[in-house]
Amino acid sequence: MCRMAAIKSKTPVPPALALRMMLAMQKGHDNSGFAMVMQDLGGAFAEFKKFPLLSMACTSQGLERAEELLEELGFSPKFDYQPDVVNKPGLDFRRMPHYIFRNYRYPEPLNAAYPNQPTPEQKKLLVETRLKLREVLSHDKQGFVYSFWPDVLTLKEVGDPRDIGTYFQMWDDNHWLKARVISAQCRQNTNYRIVRYAAHPFFLEGYTLMGNGENTFYQKNKEFQQRLHPAYIGFESDTQCFLYTLHYIREELGWPLPYYKHVITPLTFEEMQRRSDADVLMRVRQSLMHLEINGPNTVVFVLPDGAMGVIADAKKLRPYVIGKDGDLVVSASEVCGVNMIIPDRNTEADIYPGERETVLIDNALEVQRWQQ
Amino acid sequence: MATIKADEIKLAPQNNGNDKVNGLRVPSAPSTHIIKPTFVRDSHAMDFPWKIKWNAETCIRCGSCVATCTFGAIKPQLQRKGQALSTGHLPSPIEATEVIMAIKQVNDPKYYCRGCEMCEKVCPTDSIKPVPNEQHRFPLVARHGGSPIKRGGRGHHIPIRVLDYIKVGRISQMTDPSLDAARHTFDLLTPLGRGLPADELPFKVENGKLVPGGSIPPMRWIYPVIIGDMSVGALSWRMWEALALAVAYLNEECKMPVRMSSGEGGMPSRLLKSEFLKYFIIQIASGHFGWNRIIKAMPEMVTDPAAILIKIGQGAKPGDGGLLPAEKVASHIQAIRGVPKADLMSPPNHQGLYSIEESVQKMFLSMNAAFKFRVPVAIKVAASSTSVAVFNNLVRDPYQIVGGYFLDGIQGGTGAAHEVSMDHTGHPILSKLRDCYLAAVDQGKQGQIPLFVGGGFGDTGDLAADAFKAICLGANGVFSAKIWLQLAGCVGNEKGRCNACNTGYCPVGICTQDHRLVARLDVDAVAQNIVDYFLALDQELKKLMAPIGNSTLPIGRSDALVSMSKSAAERLQIAYAC
Ligand code: SF4
Ligand code: SF4
Repeated sequence: MCRMAAIKSKTPVPPALALRMMLAMQKGHDNSGFAMVMQDLGGAFAEFKKFPLLSMACTSQGLERAEELLEELGFSPKFDYQPDVVNKPGLDFRRMPHYIFRNYRYPEPLNAAYPNQPTPEQKKLLVETRLKLREVLSHDKQGFVYSFWPDVLTLKEVGDPRDIGTYFQMWDDNHWLKARVISAQCRQNTNYRIVRYAAHPFFLEGYTLMGNGENTFYQKNKEFQQRLHPAYIGFESDTQCFLYTLHYIREELGWPLPYYKHVITPLTFEEMQRRSDADVLMRVRQSLMHLEINGPNTVVFVLPDGAMGVIADAKKLRPYVIGKDGDLVVSASEVCGVNMIIPDRNTEADIYPGERETVLIDNALEVQRWQQ
Repeated sequence: MATIKADEIKLAPQNNGNDKVNGLRVPSAPSTHIIKPTFVRDSHAMDFPWKIKWNAETCIRCGSCVATCTFGAIKPQLQRKGQALSTGHLPSPIEATEVIMAIKQVNDPKYYCRGCEMCEKVCPTDSIKPVPNEQHRFPLVARHGGSPIKRGGRGHHIPIRVLDYIKVGRISQMTDPSLDAARHTFDLLTPLGRGLPADELPFKVENGKLVPGGSIPPMRWIYPVIIGDMSVGALSWRMWEALALAVAYLNEECKMPVRMSSGEGGMPSRLLKSEFLKYFIIQIASGHFGWNRIIKAMPEMVTDPAAILIKIGQGAKPGDGGLLPAEKVASHIQAIRGVPKADLMSPPNHQGLYSIEESVQKMFLSMNAAFKFRVPVAIKVAASSTSVAVFNNLVRDPYQIVGGYFLDGIQGGTGAAHEVSMDHTGHPILSKLRDCYLAAVDQGKQGQIPLFVGGGFGDTGDLAADAFKAICLGANGVFSAKIWLQLAGCVGNEKGRCNACNTGYCPVGICTQDHRLVARLDVDAVAQNIVDYFLALDQELKKLMAPIGNSTLPIGRSDALVSMSKSAAERLQIAYAC
């Protein structure tokens, strides 16, 4: 089972928190990696929040190709951060020659404004550019591009999370990188042929998502999604499907968030029939039958406005717990992960999302909960 | 060479005919004891697919078998039986004969034995039974008079049953938990009716909620196993009634929304005007039989039917129209269908339809309009190499009025057909189901026209497993017909037993209109059998869904299946396993 850790804080926190949570939850041998999306950044990137930030790991040739492409498209570098690394012998992880965390300026004419949220044109360009970069880098395996979005940084590594932390000096509480929202995930044991693109959290157009479990309708989801949007690609992991569905419901259909739960874990017909909106729900179910997940899963997501949500599967087959202490909401797939960071909280106030529940934590750390 | 005439062959006299032994008359010397020569062109029981074995020693001559055989395939016959008798202290045998009643198989191909085993069933002393005759020459003797062989039931020349090579191979083990078939909630419903792409649903957002804001094609959520189309006419009225009773019971008492197709032959007026109409899919086929009555009943209908099914073709005899032999057109059938007593032949085509596009406009629109766009209108075609082309055309139809695609494979059954059609035309269903589903996937339109498949599902008695595999391959559900007849006592099978549905002499009263035969059917018992089967099937479907960790129908979840045949795996695009 993947273990997940999500942190939402009023002040920027370092990734060490997430790493510590991971180790608390680790069982058995573990070297299949660590992946993390950080949003609402502090630290080195705090001043460049509105400039698209490229997160990429690649070879020299890959870097060259990517830079060429970005230049061709009219992007120009604004700020580049080269992380200091500790290259000790014996670190167990698959290193890439270059790690790029770089802010860019939009090309003309989109560089006229840098709003808090990218404009529709800017969004479109960023998504298209990431897809192009991905394609360019995929030739001869020259690298991976994870996100290209303002105020979002992604790291995905394959190996022992402990060593990954050491290499990037992430055990340091005064790390160069801090964020108010961190979503992190480690897989354990099951997948030795994992590719970096398969590691969640995944990011698309302002939406971040990770999940722990098995999407038993992966094939149905994938076959349906691959025709819905050009960015719905890859499918290296069955969890990607949850992100694409969230994106589709919100961005493409413009439906309110509660319908995400109605789509991925529809109510039983018996329950639906008792409701006044049964007609709508039955149509939603018919049209989006192939986006149901129907397996054991907890889905954790971050919306473009920074709110973080948690949804469990309809049979509550995967655990997840949310704890709150002061300016910090910490959630994890196991309670020991939460205890690691906020041991002295009032555990009675912990939230274990129910099978019909959606939990949403906004930027003021107010928690909203509603039943499907 | 001199020829010998039959009456020239005589046996020598042996006594004067007055001898008696133990009261038995020792026959007179048959001075004119004639042996008839066998003409090779005459048909004989050896030519027939079934031979009757009769035991003279145990038979008590009650006559039950002869009375029961509806095909006239056996007859009583007096037979002289010779025996050696000896009465004294010392053996002094003399030949004696006795006239006994014997049961004989009729040698006329018109009355050939169908192997229905009714004689065996009624015999109190187990003295008679049909045995299959592998060496028969029936196809050679049955075309006497220049008529093609006709038959009912099912085809015989299906070399393999691919469904049996397919297993549910993706079991939830540790990576995700299996479900508990007895305790989890399962949602086994499937949509019938046109589905819209989500971005075309006429919804508005109001106060954070989606609310309907326009018209939308009709749709029903139904049980994924439909009782396939069999008409009143092809079936006896009691058999049809038993099916209808079972359907009503399943819906009203068991809360299982099972739907039944009427077949092309109309429906009883009382049913048309009742609340129960909502459980029925009314079929219209090229003969439009029964529609006079349906149209007349419309103003008095208190509810809408579940759907309308336009039948273009049938898997068991594709390209051939319906056929109801005059023998089965009894007075009540004439009334329901509005026809005189005659062979009722639906044309192979809907007259006046000449292209898919035009038929969509004409047929679908008129059927939709007839019920004011409140009832899904689906189409049934025989599986064929062209199935995908038709499907694509319907999927792309801009009016979005095709509410279901019913695809019927070669292993389906029929009330009556030419044997050559049944045995040699048609297309196996699985590959066409898969092709259509994948064609929808290619266009991102899966589910927009629900796919229902039929033709051989449940042939082995395990309908749940067959239906489940079809669903994983992309079907929204299956329709099945023969199995309900079998539950009613039909003795026909794929190996050629009975299949006399065309004759009007159905030995169990299922597909005949003869009162005496229909009386053999116990309507309530048949309905109960069907209900029981559905209840068991429901449990079995859950037993298949639970281990793959699914609580809703895994439509298109082909990764749950493995095939033990490489070629089937390749063709169906599922994993091969050995
Ligand atoms: S098996 Fe059927 S058809 Fe044959 S003799 Fe017996 S009753 Fe008649
Ligand atoms: S028993 Fe009746 S329904 Fe069954 S095959 Fe024979 S004639 Fe047909």
